[in-house]
Amino acid sequence: MRPLNDILTYCNEVAFDLNFTYAKKWKTEKSNRALVGFLPIYFPREIIHAVNGLAIGVMGAGDHKQIIKGDAYYQSYICHLPRGIIEMALDHSLETFDGFIFPAICDCVRNLSGMFKLAKKGQFQRYFDYPQNFDASIGGVFYNQELHKISEDVFKVNGVKLTTENLNQSIKLYNTNRKLIEEIYNIRQEYPWRLSAVDTYKIVRAGLSITVENHNKILEEVIGNITEESGEPMDNIRVVINGSFCEQPPLGLIKSIEMAGCYIVDDDFMLGSRWIQGDVEDDTNDPLGALVNAYLTKSTFSSAVYDVGNPKGKRLVQLAKNRNADGVIFSAASFCDPALLDRPELQKECDAVGIPHINFQYHENTGQFKVIKEQAGTFSDSIKLWA
Amino acid sequence: MADPKEAIKEKSMVIQKDMLANLFKELSNTKESGKKVVYTFVPGNLTELILSFDMLPVYPEINALQSGMRKKSAAYIREAEKLGFSEDVCTYVKCDIGMMLNGNIGPTGEKLPPPDLLLLSYTGCFTFMKWFENLERLYPGVPVAMLHTPYQEDGCITQEQIDYMVKQLKEEVIPKMEMVAGKKFDMQRLSEMMVNSAKSEDLLVKILESAKNKPSPIDAYFAGVYYIGPIFTAFRGTDEAVEYYTELWNEVQERMRLGLGPITPEGELKEEKFRLVVEGPPNWTNFREFWKIFYDMGAVIVASSYTKVGGVYDLGFRHDEKFPLESLAKYCMGCYTNLNLPQRVNLLADYVKEYKADGFLINSIKSCNSFSAGQLMIMREIEQRAGVPVGFIESDLVDPRYFSYANIKNRLESYFQMLGQRKVIMAQEEATV
Ligand code: SF4
Ligand code: SF4
Repeated sequence: MRPLNDILTYCNEVAFDLNFTYAKKWKTEKSNRALVGFLPIYFPREIIHAVNGLAIGVMGAGDHKQIIKGDAYYQSYICHLPRGIIEMALDHSLETFDGFIFPAICDCVRNLSGMFKLAKKGQFQRYFDYPQNFDASIGGVFYNQELHKISEDVFKVNGVKLTTENLNQSIKLYNTNRKLIEEIYNIRQEYPWRLSAVDTYKIVRAGLSITVENHNKILEEVIGNITEESGEPMDNIRVVINGSFCEQPPLGLIKSIEMAGCYIVDDDFMLGSRWIQGDVEDDTNDPLGALVNAYLTKSTFSSAVYDVGNPKGKRLVQLAKNRNADGVIFSAASFCDPALLDRPELQKECDAVGIPHINFQYHENTGQFKVIKEQAGTFSDSIKLWA
Repeated sequence: MADPKEAIKEKSMVIQKDMLANLFKELSNTKESGKKVVYTFVPGNLTELILSFDMLPVYPEINALQSGMRKKSAAYIREAEKLGFSEDVCTYVKCDIGMMLNGNIGPTGEKLPPPDLLLLSYTGCFTFMKWFENLERLYPGVPVAMLHTPYQEDGCITQEQIDYMVKQLKEEVIPKMEMVAGKKFDMQRLSEMMVNSAKSEDLLVKILESAKNKPSPIDAYFAGVYYIGPIFTAFRGTDEAVEYYTELWNEVQERMRLGLGPITPEGELKEEKFRLVVEGPPNWTNFREFWKIFYDMGAVIVASSYTKVGGVYDLGFRHDEKFPLESLAKYCMGCYTNLNLPQRVNLLADYVKEYKADGFLINSIKSCNSFSAGQLMIMREIEQRAGVPVGFIESDLVDPRYFSYANIKNRLESYFQMLGQRKVIMAQEEATV
């Protein structure tokens, strides 16, 4: 077992490598491999894995790249994520990728899929539409067809056909991945001082840049490290972060919240990796159906999913209770319609049960955190005071 | 700004005014009449289906734009922002929610009835979903029917997508409508309405395509959204809609015969100097001032994308009496904002060529991601493909804070100057050849 610091150094390197060196190397190691980029939030990576592919998260340029061309493609009132991604597409960081998947979460991502089509980036550029009907015989059938399209896309790239056996095997690996990530969150719930939120973030995000097999090993090693006591508990409050599911907050922002006296006990930063709650069936004759069923019945709550009948406000409150959180921090990217249009309702649900909350907006390349730190600090102090 | 009453009114405009007034009267009278009210959206609207149940449609976007025109939107938006809605999000949503919190007073000054059904036709804009999730909480207990329209991501409509939509119509939307309306779905009636829809659609296309003439007898953006389009959404499928479009088409033919330009709020445009294709919604808070900048410069909009959010009929789609549900599905999927970017570029580049436009202009809306994200790339593509000068201005739909008259006027004046110079150069070149 490697020491935690070594693991963190590695995770930091792969998670923020906007040249995707690991993935590109992986592709050249064997013929008939396919490299597929996907955008936030959730994409069932199992289906790519099963056809000899590697699905890599393209989560934006963050504060790691100066945007030169990207700004010429977007007005100032569009969020930052797509301009970083188009910058990467134009400066060739995404070369060697065989295709791109744009999950249906908002019109910016939807239209970005069209921009990739116009710019002819990759061999396929697929807007991946999720059903907003959760009846297996309606939305389920539709989702099944969407998944088929992806496997056909990859087949055209590498000639590898989807088989029951392979998909079951891939599902197993991702079930393990989700379980291990959840275990880390559970340990952190009890002992948040053992692993900071920033480090947790790096570890989970690294999983979007490497193979699942490799990531599972890392997660096991992390668990090995944090099962034993380390660090000192602090007099911090416990918060859940909500609204950061797409454009990612800069590390400085997460750090500032922690330094202001908040243990982040749950968040939606890397929501896609934790989307399916529980296991996907991994021993059926219809593994594609199992993925569909998991999406329809085991998805977490999200601004990207129609929630009438299962309101996300209630689910957020439940999450805060399960995590024994003292408050919620609504932290959304500026100009993010999905997150910001949900915010008033989520706040109302928190108010209804007396969960305190604050909110702020950020850009992925925000460089100043003084105000946010002060706000989070005051939030933490007031909760401690009233407790 | 001139009072709307001073504007020239043709017979069709009078018919339109009466039709809308009657609708709002009916809406204010639902308590007595017992008619049920369906809130729904313009893109992907299921007007024929709603009307076939004798229910009345209310379109929140239309309320929002009307609030913008009546200078009420600023206060409504502020109200919604006080509730916690960010400055950054779609102002239609905020305006609608603010209006509802302020007594839900409609464009005629009468109170709009609350919905009996929220019909979320989720077509071409992600924000629609958020909007109705919010409305569902503001109108607790009101049933919501969701119709998810798949995006034309591959640039075509597949049989699987049609099946998905028809199934939703049969198993989700129609049962909820039956429950709310208290009556059985009548396929025959829906089919009959579609005969009228197709007639109106034929006429609408003829009217819009009349702008291919020089001079154009219509303005296909300002007049398009103000006079030509609105009837379409709420009345498609009715005899009155056919009557209205027949009258309008007669008037347009007469204008063509006489070689007249479009009617503006200050009378007929005497000289058509520039022909433009416009992409993006208009600004509503300063609609007349905005329009005036164009007609003062002799600019006519010969084609626009915004008049296609309720359907791109010029590409051939018609509601089909033989396959009513299938054609509702195809209709929803064919609306402009449900087209992928390459399709939008093709359509707009074709417009520039077919309508012999001198330029292509984008009015980018601050709070509308559905239109605005990707527009700058559309602009580059059109410039390359169509070879006409492109222009770019920014405003908002209903938030007056983002309408800067001086700024827009300056930009447009420079743009028209450039178009003018280009025309002179082209004429000189032609003369020397
Ligand atoms: S940050 Fe929000 S608006 Fe921007 S791409 Fe992501 S989900 Fe869409
Ligand atoms: S984002 Fe644009 S298309 Fe969507 S509701 Fe708002 S104004 Fe309409």
